[in-house]
Amino acid sequence: MTNNWTDIQNADIVLVMGGNAAEAHPCGFKWVTEAKSERGAKLMVVDPRFTRTAAVSDHYAPIRSGSDIAFLSGVINYLLSNDAIHTEYVRNYTNAAYIVGEGYGFSEGLFTGYEEDRRAYDRSSWEYEIGEDGFAKRDMTLQHPRCVYQLMKAHFAAYTPEMVQRISGTPEDKFLKVAEWVASTANGERSMTIMYALGWTQHSHGAQNIRSAAMIQLLCGNIGVPGGGINALRGHSNVQGITDIGTLTASLPGYLAMPTDAEPTLDSHLAKRAFTPLQENQVSYWQNYNKFYVSFLKGMYGRNATADNQFGYDWLPKLDTTYDALKMFDVMHKGQTTGLLCQGFNPLMSIAYSGKSVAALAKLKFLVSMDPIETDTAYFWQNHGEFNDVDTASIQTEVFMLPVTSFVEEEGSLTNSSRNIQWKWRAADPYFESRRDTDILADLFLRLRKLYDDEGGTAPGPIQAIDWSYADPMAPAAEEILRELNGRALTDLRDAEGKVVRRAGEQLAGFGEMRADGSTDGVQWIYTGVYSPEGNLSQRRDNSDPSGKNVYGSWGFCWPANRRILYNRASADPDGKPWSEEKAYVFWDGQRWGGADVPDFPPTSNPSLRTGPFIMTPEGTSRLFARGFMAEGPFPVHYEPFEAPVLNPMFPAIRGNPAARVFDNDMEIFGDAEEFPIVATTYRLTEHFHYWTKSVRYNAVVQPEFFVEMSHALAEERGISPGQMVSVRSHRGEVKGRAMITKRLQPLQVDGRTLHYVGLPLHFGFVGQARKASPVNSLTPPVGDANAQTPEFKAFLVDVTPLADPVA
Amino acid sequence: MNMDISRRRFLQGAGAGVAGTALGAFGFGGVEAAYAATVKEFRLFRTTEARSTCPYCAVACGMMVFSAPSAETGRMEVVHIEGDVDNPVNRGTLCPKGAGALDYIRSPQRVKVPMYRKAGADAFEEVSWDFAMERIAQLMKEDRDANFIETNADGVTVNRWPTMGFLSGSSCTNETGWITWKVARGLGMLQIENQARI
Repeated sequence: MTNNWTDIQNADIVLVMGGNAAEAHPCGFKWVTEAKSERGAKLMVVDPRFTRTAAVSDHYAPIRSGSDIAFLSGVINYLLSNDAIHTEYVRNYTNAAYIVGEGYGFSEGLFTGYEEDRRAYDRSSWEYEIGEDGFAKRDMTLQHPRCVYQLMKAHFAAYTPEMVQRISGTPEDKFLKVAEWVASTANGERSMTIMYALGWTQHSHGAQNIRSAAMIQLLCGNIGVPGGGINALRGHSNVQGITDIGTLTASLPGYLAMPTDAEPTLDSHLAKRAFTPLQENQVSYWQNYNKFYVSFLKGMYGRNATADNQFGYDWLPKLDTTYDALKMFDVMHKGQTTGLLCQGFNPLMSIAYSGKSVAALAKLKFLVSMDPIETDTAYFWQNHGEFNDVDTASIQTEVFMLPVTSFVEEEGSLTNSSRNIQWKWRAADPYFESRRDTDILADLFLRLRKLYDDEGGTAPGPIQAIDWSYADPMAPAAEEILRELNGRALTDLRDAEGKVVRRAGEQLAGFGEMRADGSTDGVQWIYTGVYSPEGNLSQRRDNSDPSGKNVYGSWGFCWPANRRILYNRASADPDGKPWSEEKAYVFWDGQRWGGADVPDFPPTSNPSLRTGPFIMTPEGTSRLFARGFMAEGPFPVHYEPFEAPVLNPMFPAIRGNPAARVFDNDMEIFGDAEEFPIVATTYRLTEHFHYWTKSVRYNAVVQPEFFVEMSHALAEERGISPGQMVSVRSHRGEVKGRAMITKRLQPLQVDGRTLHYVGLPLHFGFVGQARKASPVNSLTPPVGDANAQTPEFKAFLVDVTPLADPVA
Repeated sequence: MNMDISRRRFLQGAGAGVAGTALGAFGFGGVEAAYAATVKEFRLFRTTEARSTCPYCAVACGMMVFSAPSAETGRMEVVHIEGDVDNPVNRGTLCPKGAGALDYIRSPQRVKVPMYRKAGADAFEEVSWDFAMERIAQLMKEDRDANFIETNADGVTVNRWPTMGFLSGSSCTNETGWITWKVARGLGMLQIENQARI
């Protein structure tokens, strides 16, 4: 989230799209209810289903799953063509005024630079014109024909209300009401928050869904202001923290990058990340990348990291290619993976195309499941009839199932979707023989290191170099590890005048203290300050709100630097004055920046310098035009899902996202609309959490079995009665469940035809207390978003047929 | 105040005054204690409370977790969970998932001891922690020794182990996340993902 849960109360308009907060995040959704009752805020919901969130909304607009970009681009076109934008915000705080080079173009659904054989772009033409002063050229009047603002007007003009209705199936009047309510916030007096979840991410164009929404917020001036923002609700309790830590194929902690084969030395890695400002007086904070990187290496390798050995850079593995989860299973399916450790992870259920997943797991030599509960993955080798029909004896995989403590049996910190790092205290002893994850990993690491010490082997160096100087090496304490994440001074740190500002051994109070010469450590720069010289700030439990703006600044510690709203300098105009009294938040008092929150800005930077509020970018502005940072183009384009019920009405020759990866020979795994005419989408139920709670008795009692939700019209067409067993087939698999016939789903009119839908709850499997079901991901295609590789679970094609009920 | 007077002790006290009227036997001062003795003791009096957060979604609702020593094992076990009223986000509320979190801790699917399935076997068998960890370490070392790549074709030091994968849990703490990163990358793994982009 750019903003946070309690800030939602400051909103005047709430748009929930690509999520169902009332069902999946009920206790956070209360802040929408507060905004409605306290401020008279309006809630609008755009969703294929009339969800529980829609049920309490002021306006509901139906949409075909997979067509969000057409809808959102329609909103962008409405804002631009009605001049319903916050002009001064757009002019000063976005790259609308920047002039794009002559080589850039877009035609027939493709940007310049497309290379069909690679399904990828040469993105070099998606760049600004650079002036002789070395800075990017701008036209602050927004009139230049190649300025971003004018390019946008041309790009989005095709997304008329008629086109939105044709592609998305949303009736024109319902679409227009959404656009009008959005436009009502483009003035600095009112604000809109956008809340989304996996309904936006799980598409082959998921990242562009979210970009489209962010662009709307920028056109309205809704980023950096109270009640605004683009807010990912997020699934797991620490999905934010684990993303921050970077257990992702190409990540280091704190959004630093893994080195690649093309970066043989530390200097070559850092040189690509100089982040020179593109305008005068810009912060371009990533210029400090080298300080964070070296501090990370000092944390990882301790005394073994020195200036003479590039701080241990050679020991880090170098990426030959990226291995996201879909790729991992593709590689495994080819028999190229020996072992897999699953920590609180049930990939047989959660990865696309379960048929491929189970075959892939069977090719492993060994599998280790570390989890408090039994997972379907740990039992992949066991035959469960139609639900998991495998030949047990032929599966040669050794499987370990290790008991891990549950959430109450350990202490540590978790980062919520508002970026707030909160400590939890241990409440119970480990149940049975369970052990903490950290103890299991310490045990494994120390055993391996001892094996290398005793018997030698391939490349013991990188293992022996790791700093493991915990008080009890077999049981690193959570507090000790949080201090390690924060970082400390390794020698006395002095300022420019030679005064000692931080003694050797002291914790760092902020990432601004980090240095690139090896005199500081700290593996997670964005968390620096959480364990400062003042102590463990994630343990703070002061729930006061001194500003009265729902900013609980002394509860936990919010990264970065305890800021509760990101980019909050944008809540003031270029001179530092709040856009309105109503939305006053962070402002310039003539000497310093201050207000309700920690300013996301240099504290004494005079507004006359015209330093931009988006301090992480070299422009100092946000980007309506993404330059080369997105795989499929600098502007969003409506591309159909890979399995779509219609040809792309705008660009019929293009199937799916032209820059999305399709594995070798995998084009044929996609089904077509003739055989599979019904759109399917997966979703959550409020009673269940992913694939855990099917193993929890209480949850299994209240929501005991898989079902197939469909409209009365579809049920009638297929001769299906309520509660009847039905088969749902895609080109990759089949699941069976009882029909739940509701009014929440209605057929849509899309591109001149009637389109039917089924909704499939995702929570069921063959292990646990709930009734057995085949994994819903038996049906889904292993294709992901072109940037993040998040699988396309929210729009794929199936057929539905009634089954004869077994005789009781 | 914890009313620490047992039914038995109260009746003993009452017996001492048996010469008086029935009402007098209880005496005015005894009414409170008599009433207290009829009320089941509030079970949270004998518990230890800890602040925690809900294990499910990323709203991270504050929870108060109440524990007491188990009669069976003597170890602290959870007896009750409720929302933390001080938490500014959930203000004491929990959803249908969080409200049932106690049943997750006591799930019939809890893995109790290390389990091991031999190649081709049709069942798990119980093994010791030491057996499991030693066998896993050996399997990993065997494969790392065989497949680790120190330099690529161009002679660049790459120190990678391409044949081993780690799926890291997004419900683990930040501290677990870092130890996971440190161990997995330290060994040279590239196949590392979590649920963030699924």
